[in-house]
Amino acid sequence: MTKSAPLLEGTAFPQGVLPHDMGVQTVVPPVRNFSINFGPQHPAAHGVLRLVLELDGEIVERVDPHIGLLHRGTEKLMEARTYLQDIPYFDRLDYTAPMNQEHAFCLAIEKMMGIKVPRRGQLIRVLFCEIGRILGHMLNVTTQALDVGALTPPLWGFEEREKLMIFYERASGARLHANYFRPGGVHIDCSRKLIEDIGAWCLTFPKVMDDLWNLFIENRIFKQRNVDIGVVSLEDCWRWGFSGPVLRASGAPWDLRRAEPYECYEEMAFDIPVGKHGDSYERQVIRMQEMYESCKIMKQCVEKLLSPTGQGPVKAKDGKVTPPSRAEMKRSMEALIHHFKLYTEGFHVPPGEVYAAVEAPKGEFGVFLVSDGGDKPYRCKIRAPGYAHLQAMDFLCRGSMLADVGAILGSIDIVFGEVDR
Amino acid sequence: MSTGKQALDELKALGEYVAGALPGAVTRQAISYDELCLHLDPARCVEPVTFLRDDPKCRFVCFIDLTAVDYPERERRFDIVTHLLSPKYIRRIRLKVETDERTPVPSLTGVYPAANWFEREGWDLFGVFFSGHPDLRRLVTDYGFEGHPLRKDFPMTGYVEVRWDDEQKRVVTEPVNLNQAFRSFDFLSPWEGSGQYVLPGDEKAGSQGGQR
Repeated sequence: MTKSAPLLEGTAFPQGVLPHDMGVQTVVPPVRNFSINFGPQHPAAHGVLRLVLELDGEIVERVDPHIGLLHRGTEKLMEARTYLQDIPYFDRLDYTAPMNQEHAFCLAIEKMMGIKVPRRGQLIRVLFCEIGRILGHMLNVTTQALDVGALTPPLWGFEEREKLMIFYERASGARLHANYFRPGGVHIDCSRKLIEDIGAWCLTFPKVMDDLWNLFIENRIFKQRNVDIGVVSLEDCWRWGFSGPVLRASGAPWDLRRAEPYECYEEMAFDIPVGKHGDSYERQVIRMQEMYESCKIMKQCVEKLLSPTGQGPVKAKDGKVTPPSRAEMKRSMEALIHHFKLYTEGFHVPPGEVYAAVEAPKGEFGVFLVSDGGDKPYRCKIRAPGYAHLQAMDFLCRGSMLADVGAILGSIDIVFGEVDR
Repeated sequence: MSTGKQALDELKALGEYVAGALPGAVTRQAISYDELCLHLDPARCVEPVTFLRDDPKCRFVCFIDLTAVDYPERERRFDIVTHLLSPKYIRRIRLKVETDERTPVPSLTGVYPAANWFEREGWDLFGVFFSGHPDLRRLVTDYGFEGHPLRKDFPMTGYVEVRWDDEQKRVVTEPVNLNQAFRSFDFLSPWEGSGQYVLPGDEKAGSQGGQR
């Protein structure tokens, strides 16, 4: 056929030109590619994400995520503030699990300054990191179920999140933006009552998890929407820089808590759930199983914190880095000077650069810190796991149905605080 | 995982191995805080990265991070810093390439697709060019944004601010107006921070070179 009489291949019509205009008899309705905006205000976008989708019918041909709608210039702001003033910025990255982020920053500073955190400080950190993991996973798993049509899971899950955030509040004074981990340990000790209450919660939590599991993990619709959706091979996971549950769902038993143990994770007994298929469903199942494991770690922490060997200081006794206690400050001149200097000038970090990473709920959360020897970071690059996951949206969604975009997006666990920074 | 001196020796051996396998591509290597850093020749930086990914003794298959650091006083002011991870040997490596505002750095997107957004961000926030990048658009800043905010000569407050204009019924961009200046105090202590001035009563110490 010549150009003047085009073949009806579905996409051959310029916009506004109908087949009969061209003198062609047809029974096939005109089909053309659609470009649609998903977000920036869409409940399933999990924040302010704008996805420009190119569709062939209902098949996704291209995904172009536009991010940065929550960009606050965290890294730039940090360069103008002292190290202590920078810690709260980390709460505002992945705001579903704030303390895990603080942890990475504190580890980086401690690595450069050669500070050793006392044992009780380490135990409290691990305890609250696991609380953070449950907070993050609980939000993700249940809201992803919401994305695929189940309303009840978030209602049940958020009740537990609320209890955990109250533990956050009792330890640090804030439900979300804790600013609790400090270089050298944690800000203040937890009361015995708080540790006991966390222990009591750990006994009730597996029952809630069992209920949640029965509620939707085995559910027919949940499976139909997630099994075999967004499959990634292990090799692709590495190439795309995936980490955390997304990577483990594809079959790698890779967890920084085990591979590069930090704090006292070495003495904790826990399993690393690993999948083999790498689809949306397995990612969610792994998150569910990780919550059981986190609860196990929390129980061990509580036990150790209540035992006589778990007592002692919660932060390093180095007046140049950690502030003195309030009582000490009122009596000792030296403590007063240290306190004053710490909260005005701050401490100095020796020149050099360091990369420290933790296993945050969403994957490897890393901090690349460059110091010029001053009291402010020269450069602090935040490596967020969600950033690597989100950039693969095109790779993950290409060829799948429009309805699966929401399911896949939910299963890679995106929080815009950390993606946009 | 090995610890202490053994780990250091292994890192050193790895650095030597890579430098030996690709003569001229690795210009310098350094180990600090138990982390190995290789400085690469900007013209040939893709080759060693591919080697690190594919060589059976390296297997740095996982791309972790790519970013830039700005040192405006240097002639080639940017360090492009890449972090890779070898899950097989549980090892990390840092690669550095120096460049300036004009010289492009070869893109790593051909080796690791994950480098895509990290390089876009490098262009967006630092203004570093990556040659061979498929789609070097701005990423995190606003549509139509000008400048590269993470450069050291870009002010923290920026140049413009936006607000909703109720009369024009649209968002307008205006030069930034700070009702209160950003208070950046110089807290550096006279004992540690001053190389420039002599404290009253301290003149003698200064003349003897005893001042720190």
